Amino acid sequence: MTAARGGKQGDGRPSDGEQSDGTLRSRWLIRGARPLGGPPADILIDSGTIAAVNPAGHDGAAVAGAGGAAIVDAGGLIALPGLVDLHAHLREPGREDAETVASGTAAAALGGYTAIHAMANTEPVADTAGVVEQVWRLGRQAGRCDVRPVGAVTAGLGGSQLAELGAMAESAARVRVFSDDGRCVADATLMRRALEYVKAFDGVIAQHAQEPRLTAGAQVNEGEISASLGLTGWPAVAEEAIVARDCLLAAHVGSAVHVCHVSTAGSVEIIRWAKSKGWQVTAEVTPHHLLLTDELAVGYDPVFKVNPPLRTAADVAALRAGLSDGTIDCVATDHAPHPAESKETEWSQASFGMTGLETALRVVHEAMVGTGLLDWSGVADRMSVRPAAIGRIGARQAGLGDERHGCPIAAGSPASLVLYDPEPIAPVDPAAHASRSRNSPFAGMKLPGQVLATFLRGRPTVLAGRLAR
Amino acid sequence: MNRHLISAAELSLDDAVAILDTAEELARLAERPIPKLPTLRGRTVVNLFYEDSTRTRISFEAAAKRLSADVINFSAKGSSVAKGESLKDTALTLQAMGADAVVIRHGASGAPYRLAGWVRGSVINAGDGTHEHPTQALLDAFTMRRRLGRLDGLRVTIVGDILHSRVARSNVWLLRTLGARVTLVAPPTLLPVAVGCWPCSVSYDFSSVLPDSDVVMMLRVQHERMTDAYFPSVREYSRRYGLDADRMALLPDHAIIMHPGPVNRGVEIAADVADSPRSTIVEQVTNGVSVRMAVLYLLLGGSRGPGDAPVAAMASAAQVAAGSGDGR
Repeated sequence: MTAARGGKQGDGRPSDGEQSDGTLRSRWLIRGARPLGGPPADILIDSGTIAAVNPAGHDGAAVAGAGGAAIVDAGGLIALPGLVDLHAHLREPGREDAETVASGTAAAALGGYTAIHAMANTEPVADTAGVVEQVWRLGRQAGRCDVRPVGAVTAGLGGSQLAELGAMAESAARVRVFSDDGRCVADATLMRRALEYVKAFDGVIAQHAQEPRLTAGAQVNEGEISASLGLTGWPAVAEEAIVARDCLLAAHVGSAVHVCHVSTAGSVEIIRWAKSKGWQVTAEVTPHHLLLTDELAVGYDPVFKVNPPLRTAADVAALRAGLSDGTIDCVATDHAPHPAESKETEWSQASFGMTGLETALRVVHEAMVGTGLLDWSGVADRMSVRPAAIGRIGARQAGLGDERHGCPIAAGSPASLVLYDPEPIAPVDPAAHASRSRNSPFAGMKLPGQVLATFLRGRPTVLAGRLAR
Repeated sequence: MNRHLISAAELSLDDAVAILDTAEELARLAERPIPKLPTLRGRTVVNLFYEDSTRTRISFEAAAKRLSADVINFSAKGSSVAKGESLKDTALTLQAMGADAVVIRHGASGAPYRLAGWVRGSVINAGDGTHEHPTQALLDAFTMRRRLGRLDGLRVTIVGDILHSRVARSNVWLLRTLGARVTLVAPPTLLPVAVGCWPCSVSYDFSSVLPDSDVVMMLRVQHERMTDAYFPSVREYSRRYGLDADRMALLPDHAIIMHPGPVNRGVEIAADVADSPRSTIVEQVTNGVSVRMAVLYLLLGGSRGPGDAPVAAMASAAQVAAGSGDGR
C-alpha cells in the first residue's frame, strides 16, 4: 500500500507506483478520500479514467475490480478535481533563467494543478501558431500538467494590430484564450474588434485591465500607503474604468470577456452588475489579492511588488465576498517567476510579479475555507470547474476526450484529480519550491494544508507530496 | 533613532530633540578658531550620491570633516554604477571597504531601506525619491526653533508640490512629532489623494492661511511638473501659489519664510521675498551642517560602535558636546 502522506512504506513498494518491470501502473485504488470534502470514498482509476467511486470500506465493485491496482491510503484527505489555472507565466521561450515549461509544470503539479494556461508575454511573444505550438509541445514533453497556451491579442503585444488569432485557434495548440496580459488592450476599437473576431471560434479575450495613462510609472496602490511611501500610485479607477468599458463592449458585440486578476472592490461591483444583465463576463482573482494588502510595501521589499498592486483590506474583503458569491468565477495564480536580481533591488527598479502555483490551494484554504466563505465543493468549482469552462477545456467541451478538466469525481470522468491534506500547518519555504524562482510573497507565512498527490489522466504526477517520476 | 536615520516619521520626540539640542551645541563650534572635533577620527563616512545634489553632498561632507571622519565621495556618475552595477553590489563593495556610515541620495523611494539590509554600518538618508529627506526636516525645525524660540504649537504652512516632495513628507511627520501645526497649500493636483490621512490640514487658498502662519515654507516647483498638466501654466501657478511681496504683507510681523533650495526665483518665490530679512534661506544652509554633524555624532560617536548606539548614548553625547566640545 502506498501511503499518500508518505512516511511508512511498509511493503517497500516504490511510492510512484512503478512496477517491478519498470512500467507505470495504470490501475490505482484511492482509499478513503473525501471527494469535495464529503463522505469518504474509494476511487478506482483504470487506464486514465475513473472506473468507480464507492463509499469507503464497502467491498463493492471498486474494490472487487481493483485486483492488481496500486492502493493509495488517502484517509482524511480531500479529493478535488485537478486544479486549472487560467493565468501563469512560464517564461519559456526567452527567460528560461526564471522558469521553463518543465519547471513551471512541476510547480503546477505540486500545487495540485492538472492544466495551466501559459501567458503570451514570452520572448518571442506567443502571437503566432508557431510559438503557441512550441509551448504546447514543451508541455506535452514535460508531461506533468496540460499546458494550454494563451495567444497574444495584438502582434508583439504592441497594442496596435491584431495577432493572427484564427491561426492560433486552428493550430495544434487549439488556443481559445487570448490576452496581452502584462499590458492592457487599451485601444477601445481594437478591443472591440478582438472581442468580435474571436466569436468565430468560441474564443475569449482575457483583459489585463489597466488604463495606461492613469498608471504611468505606477508602483503601489494609490492611497494612504503610496502617499506616505512616496511611490507613484496605481489608482483603482485605472482598473475599474477598463473593466466597465470592456463589459459594455462585450455586451455590445455579444462576445465573451474575461477580466484578469481583479483587484478592487469597485471592479467586483461592476462585474456583479454586468453579470446581472446576463452579459458574457467572467473574472478571476489571484491568491495574493485574497490574502495580502498594500501595507506590506512599507519595508520597500519588492517581493510584494505586483501588477495589479496589492490593495487595501476593504478590497480584500470585497474580493473574497465576490469569489464566495460567484461574481468572481475563479482563482488564477498569475504565477510570475523572476530571478533573484530582479527583486534584490530598489522597489521602483524591481520587476512586478509573484510566484503562486505551489501555494494557491493553501492560500485559498486560508482565505476562503478558513473563513467559511467557501466549502471544498466551492473550492473545486472556483479552482477547477469554472476555470476549465472559461478556458474551453471543461467537462462539457466537445472533442477533447480525456483532456477535459474540472469534471466530476465520478465514474467515466478523466482521472485528473488532486488529494489534499487539510490538517498540517507549516511555513512556506520558497527554497523548497520546484519553480526556478523564489519570489513568493508568502515566504515564512504559516499556511494550512498540503497537496499530497496529483493525478493527470490516471497517472500520478505527485505522490507523497513529491514529484513522481 | 536606532542605528540608521532613514525616515523622520520613525523619529521619537526624544530622539528629535536630542538631535536639535546636539546641533545647537555643535553650532557653537563653528565660532571657534579651529571648528573641528576629533570625535569621528578613524571613522569612514561614504557619501553615496545617485543624484546630483551639490548642496546636500557638501553639507554632509563638511559635517563629517568637522568631526574628523574620513570622507569618501561616491558619485553615481563616472563610477561602476554607470556600467550597471546594482545597488546591492555597490553596498557589498562599501561594506568590504569598511564604511561606518553611508549617506545615500537616491532617485528611488525606499532605496535607503534596501541599502540598510545589505551593509552593517549606519545608513543616513540624504533624500530618496519622493519619500523622505529627514536631515532637511531636522535643519528646518532647527532653524524654526532658533528664530522663533519654540516648535510646540507653531503654525507652519508648507506650499507647493507636496505630492512629489520628500521635504514636505519629512516635515509633516517631524513637525507632528515636535508639536507644530502644519497646513499644506497646493493645487489639488499636487497633493496625494490620501492626504486626508496625514496629520495636518490642507488649504487651496494660499492668501487665507497667511495671517495665521508663523512659518511659510516654499517648495521648489520641478520643471517636469510644468509639462505634465499638473497646472495650466507657470504664470498661473505663480499667481495662485507663489509668494510675492503682496502676500508676504499678509503674514504676522514675526513670521519667517523658508525654502530648502535651490530657488526658482519668480516662480514659487519672488526675488525680493527671497532676499528679505524674513527669509531664512541662507541660514538654513548653515544650520544644515550643524544638524548633519549632530546626526553623525549621535549615530557614530558612541564608544560601542555604530552597530548599537542606543538612545541613552545619544543623550549623553549631547551632554558631552555641551560640556567640553570635545567628544572623547
